[in-house]
Amino acid sequence: MSRTVTYREAVREAIREALIEDPRVFLMGEDVGAYGGCFAVSKGLLEEFGPERIRDTPLSESVFVGAGIGAALGGMRPIVEIMTVNFSLLAADQILNTAATYLHMSGGQFNVPLVIRMATGGGKQLAAQHSHSLEGWYAHIPGIKVLSPATIADARGMLPAALEDPDPVLIFEHSSLYNLKGELSQDAGKVAIDRAEVRRSGKDLTIITYSASLYKALEAAEELARDGIEAEVIDLRTLRPLDEKTFLDSVARTHRALVVDEGWRSGGLSAEISARIMEKTFFDLDGPVERVCSAEVPMPYAKHLEDAALPQKETVVAKAREMVRRG
Amino acid sequence: MSLDRAHGHHLLKEMLRIRRLEEKSAELYGAMKIRGFLHLCIGEEAVAVGVLPSIRPEDAVVSTYREHGHALARGISARAILAEMYGKQEGCSRGRGGSMHLFDRATRFYGGNAIVGGGLPIAVGLALADRMQKRNSVTCCFFGEGAVAEGEFHESMNLSALWRLPVLFACENNLYAMGTALARSESVLDLVSKAASYGIPADSVDGMDVLQVEEAARAAAASVRDTGMPCFLEIRTYRFRAHSMFDPELYRSKEEVEEWKKRDPIEGLARLLSDRGLLDDPERRRIEVEVEKEIADAVEFAEAGTLEPLEDLTRFVQSERSTVR
Repeated sequence: MSRTVTYREAVREAIREALIEDPRVFLMGEDVGAYGGCFAVSKGLLEEFGPERIRDTPLSESVFVGAGIGAALGGMRPIVEIMTVNFSLLAADQILNTAATYLHMSGGQFNVPLVIRMATGGGKQLAAQHSHSLEGWYAHIPGIKVLSPATIADARGMLPAALEDPDPVLIFEHSSLYNLKGELSQDAGKVAIDRAEVRRSGKDLTIITYSASLYKALEAAEELARDGIEAEVIDLRTLRPLDEKTFLDSVARTHRALVVDEGWRSGGLSAEISARIMEKTFFDLDGPVERVCSAEVPMPYAKHLEDAALPQKETVVAKAREMVRRG
Repeated sequence: MSLDRAHGHHLLKEMLRIRRLEEKSAELYGAMKIRGFLHLCIGEEAVAVGVLPSIRPEDAVVSTYREHGHALARGISARAILAEMYGKQEGCSRGRGGSMHLFDRATRFYGGNAIVGGGLPIAVGLALADRMQKRNSVTCCFFGEGAVAEGEFHESMNLSALWRLPVLFACENNLYAMGTALARSESVLDLVSKAASYGIPADSVDGMDVLQVEEAARAAAASVRDTGMPCFLEIRTYRFRAHSMFDPELYRSKEEVEEWKKRDPIEGLARLLSDRGLLDDPERRRIEVEVEKEIADAVEFAEAGTLEPLEDLTRFVQSERSTVR
């Protein structure tokens, strides 16, 4: 049995289940309660669970993320919501200098079982302070895990897995995915967070991507298939630690790798993936690893400019064709 | 608590333990046994010794990078502290933290945090966990007056008052944020009024007088425990030594330091005790000898300590399932 739900509803169901099953779990963040969540993810939860467990916070990212760390140290299992990744920079000190360091710095004495959820990504004309994709940047940091659910099942299943993790986990929900509809099995629950998934099989090239770009990659693969080019599409799902085996094995079969990443190219996640392919499966390659990333600009507001700044199906198709044509 | 002989001797000894540990640390730094940053609290001993007895073993402590005194007064052994500064695995953080990052689960000592203001939100969260789990605990959060300029101070004051969280905010005002005098960094110098503006009960005490610190901290901790509301206590103190071992102290005069040294919290208490007939020379010598022995033993322990094997370098980036609590 399955049912049709939105990505938003899948996340809400996961939060709701956690609140019901574990008295240590609570949700806090800006506008998660009375407003129902900036993206309406937590709508109805305040009414159901009350203000002790659905906590509206002041606009004080640093203290409510730090309080999440402290509460986790004190035996709770907090879910902290930050409206968007851009705002998370106001709490970057707590995430980098405390959450990620405490276990190591204390010689293994203090683990921080904290989950931080935040919206990420562009495509909604929200301009340069609400649209960036900094998950790859967080994936740079040892001591935290970085998850990026692209599918309804992952939106539903990554949160319970994250809450079971003894260490800090950041979940990046792409704001353009909240309205995505899809089938979810009646008994959907926790999913594995330690591996990438092959979302489409193919033999001619491997497209490595994650989050909302997955759908652009899948559409591109459909179009390429009409030309007889069979692209394999890999959804990374977890950006730290990277499941490199899945994409290395794929590239060893297809001999071509194209990374599609909504983050910026310079020093980004796409650079890391490209480097690992060079280091570990270089002699399987028929040509250089290629990348389709966001243009190196702060995200513009005007739609035509924003579209041009983001990876698109067309740019993926063009790059893939060029790679295959090259031989 | 009335000042009887035993209590007076206890306070004196606790402050001397910190003083001698710090002096030894400075010496060992000079001998290259301790490296990195080393921030000494010589002159500020009355803060740790006066404040920490006001909380219970099950309570939590959050501290700063100038935390040797807090750690020792909280009950972490001089052995574990010195071994940590030596970078040995017998240290209280296995040599991963060093002087600025002493941690101890047994005494709920949540670390020296070396980001100014960074510990306050953690303390707020620990108190939130206590509140949500209906524990009648107090979280004691030490920070310097320099942290008052950080946004995290104000965010933490606001949230802890708004949510009524049991935190004792212990602000050690030693007048200088590294080398920046309070008057050169704050538009309003009255720290008590800053906390009070958030609806937090706030008080100030002479941090060179351990008896006054003890009394004020006891009242503040009791208020936190009874009302569940945070309290702010400014403890006016002075650092006799440089900020760190790299500080040439260009920002204050020798005369100023000498003036403050006349108010040494240890000698002040010793004078008071002997004036009241509660301390004689043989007693003082006996205490000094006991402390000296403890510190010598700690040095020996640190010297004999072992280095963590290199294979362990990447341990504790993620929890090991077997050690998760």
